[in-house]
Amino acid sequence: MRKILLILCLFCSLNVLAQEKQEITQQDYANQQVEMADRFRADGKIYVVVGVIGLILGGLLTYAVIIDRKVSRLENLVENRSSKHLVG
Amino acid sequence: MEKLKKHWWKVLAALLLFYTVIAGLLMDAPRLHILNETIRALHFHVPMWFGMLALLLLSVVYAVKYLRSGELRHDRYAVEFANAGLIFGILGIVTGMFWAHYTWGKFWSFDPKQNMSAIALLIYLAYFVLRGSFEDDHQRARISSVYNIFAFAAMVPLLFILPRLTSSLHPGNGGNPGFNAYDLDSNLRMVFYPAVIGWFLLGLWFASLRVRLRLVQDKLEDNL
Repeated sequence: MRKILLILCLFCSLNVLAQEKQEITQQDYANQQVEMADRFRADGKIYVVVGVIGLILGGLLTYAVIIDRKVSRLENLVENRSSKHLVG
Repeated sequence: MEKLKKHWWKVLAALLLFYTVIAGLLMDAPRLHILNETIRALHFHVPMWFGMLALLLLSVVYAVKYLRSGELRHDRYAVEFANAGLIFGILGIVTGMFWAHYTWGKFWSFDPKQNMSAIALLIYLAYFVLRGSFEDDHQRARISSVYNIFAFAAMVPLLFILPRLTSSLHPGNGGNPGFNAYDLDSNLRMVFYPAVIGWFLLGLWFASLRVRLRLVQDKLEDNL
């Protein structure tokens, strides 16, 4: 019984510390007082940034694929070596 | 086709990351004071912490597995997941500092969230120092597995409970009513959740490469 009371008390204290969450509303999307990179987007230059980051991400992921393949080859090599005989 | 069956999650990681970059930069974002366009850093900074948590959770799972089975293979998994998790954590704290420089005014304002996450990372760094101090494989694996459990148990309150009890500049903590990662609006969520999964899968991919290399190394050392 005491345990249950204690747990109930814990729940009471939750409210004390509950955080007020600031909701993002539709107004925030329309709030023109806040400066955003609107001009930059209107000029279409944002696509340059997206393009550059996308290319770099693509390059890095390709690199990861190449390393992955190399590891697979290494695994095969070791597998065959241990099943047959020791070479080198 | 068989390859796709085995590697589908890597393809998924790549697709989600491309989506994150493209949609994260192009989609409509709420116009908020102070944050301005930097709100988009949300899709990159926060997933680092989620990714870290997931990788470190995997690490502690394998640490427990090692303690139960005594198989060194499990220890290899544990250490490489911890490695990847630590890298995510370092990226998280560095990107956090960079973001804070523009929104909080200073790289490091000794905010509880910053301090606690630094402590959590130091605890995990000590894990690697501890590992380096043993000669014997099994001794290293056993003691560091026990430490791994302690480190994880210490990290969770450091990152997610203690900063919430005091006032903090970080959103979702203490008296600060900033946006909360779990109550984002639906537009941000459409990029944020895929981003979390994408970054985590990338960490998993890198960790799996390291694990496979370690297992190859183990095999070679046994043979020699």
